[in-house]
Amino acid sequence: MSPVIKKKGEKFTLPSKYLLFILTIICSIMLVVTYVTDIFDKPLSYAVNYIIVPYQKGISAIGSRLSAKKDELVMIADLIEENEALKAKVSELEDENTRLMQDKYELNNLRALFELDAAYEGYKKTGARVIYHDASNWFSNFIINKGSEDGIELNMNVVAGNGLVGYVSMVGPNWSRVTSIISDNTNVSGTVLYSSENLIVSGSLELINQGVISYSQLLDSKETVGEGDKVVTSNISDKYLPGILIGYIQTIENDSNNLTKSGLLIPAVNFENIEEVLIILDQKMNITDKDIEEAEKLE
Amino acid sequence: MKRTIISIVIIITSFVLQGTLFKALDFGNVSPNLLLIIVVSMGLMKGQRTGLIAGFFSGLLCDVFLSPYIGFYSIVYMYLGYMAGSFNRVFFPEDVKLPMALIAGSDLIYGFTCYAFMFLLRGRLNIGYYMLHVCIPECVYTMVVTVILYPALLWIHKRLEKGERKQEKKFV
Repeated sequence: MSPVIKKKGEKFTLPSKYLLFILTIICSIMLVVTYVTDIFDKPLSYAVNYIIVPYQKGISAIGSRLSAKKDELVMIADLIEENEALKAKVSELEDENTRLMQDKYELNNLRALFELDAAYEGYKKTGARVIYHDASNWFSNFIINKGSEDGIELNMNVVAGNGLVGYVSMVGPNWSRVTSIISDNTNVSGTVLYSSENLIVSGSLELINQGVISYSQLLDSKETVGEGDKVVTSNISDKYLPGILIGYIQTIENDSNNLTKSGLLIPAVNFENIEEVLIILDQKMNITDKDIEEAEKLE
Repeated sequence: MKRTIISIVIIITSFVLQGTLFKALDFGNVSPNLLLIIVVSMGLMKGQRTGLIAGFFSGLLCDVFLSPYIGFYSIVYMYLGYMAGSFNRVFFPEDVKLPMALIAGSDLIYGFTCYAFMFLLRGRLNIGYYMLHVCIPECVYTMVVTVILYPALLWIHKRLEKGERKQEKKFV
């Protein structure tokens, strides 16, 4: 007799075998649907926004408060000593500062002369706190405590210190997920700063344990790229604004095809204990279908 | 009802702790898989049905927050919960070996599945590295946490069971 048939007076329950089968199909459908579109993103991100994000915020707040308290206690003794030394240093630095101000004035003039826009400093930014790290050990993405209500949008660039961290890959009302450049499945298009050679920077789980990531497809036919060169985001990237520091070249090796080069790159950001990040609110302008239509109309 | 609410609280708490507290206490960038301990223990204590539902929702949490596509972690956790539920017939509260072995086995299966679908398919062929540096350390660390966490889960299970039995008696 089939186990699904209902007996008199017995409460109906679905056998777990069938339930497993049904849920598997649901999951598979969701996998395909989310692979093709993003219609689930919005309702789900709203749902978790009110259940889990406050919890994460609370716990990470407690954590940072505890570690701050710990640091405080350790530091008091050192601080008194340091204070003396610092006072002496202040007067020294004030002197130096005036000199540097003059230098900066000169630099600004030179920049204007070179028509180099100080674009990197010119972007509008907002700070956010990291409240949750990827619970699996496979990727290094994380959740931050700002979302669409704070003006965060999909694909916005995220920096920390002076280097590139990644981009916003999902946005909830007051949380968003940042996909970092060291994650195994991300690639960034970069440029070597002085020689303007393009390359592809790829994150790697295998290499990040040694503190490096890899790059490839560097043409460099004139052999101008050297170790220690700065790599910044390129103009041709569709997500990243140009000129954000990614890292420094550590090694250069010729590929077996003798045309391109690849090697290792030291990221500019220390991903190990990342706590606060800056989100650049300006987005790379992309040509949408609407723009094309407008352009056609003008013609 | 009471059990459902407590289970939900346990799952959400362990999910939150996994990405906050245990990420701070990591060894060599590897942190334990608390959700797997919860899912396997629930399956073992209550059977296939509970195991697979707990697994499905735990996986869904991971999917929504961490994965670009929804469904992968749900399927993995669901099947592991279901598998643990099949051992419900040989579950004795005093026995610690079976849950330990089950959780260790599940974690290795979980690690291998993650590797196979998210790394191997993208052409990362160095399986030895990923096993040695991610899967096995995660499994060992998870075992250490299990030693502390499993008795607590068992205690909650026993308390709930007692309450449920009392209610049944009253009803009859």
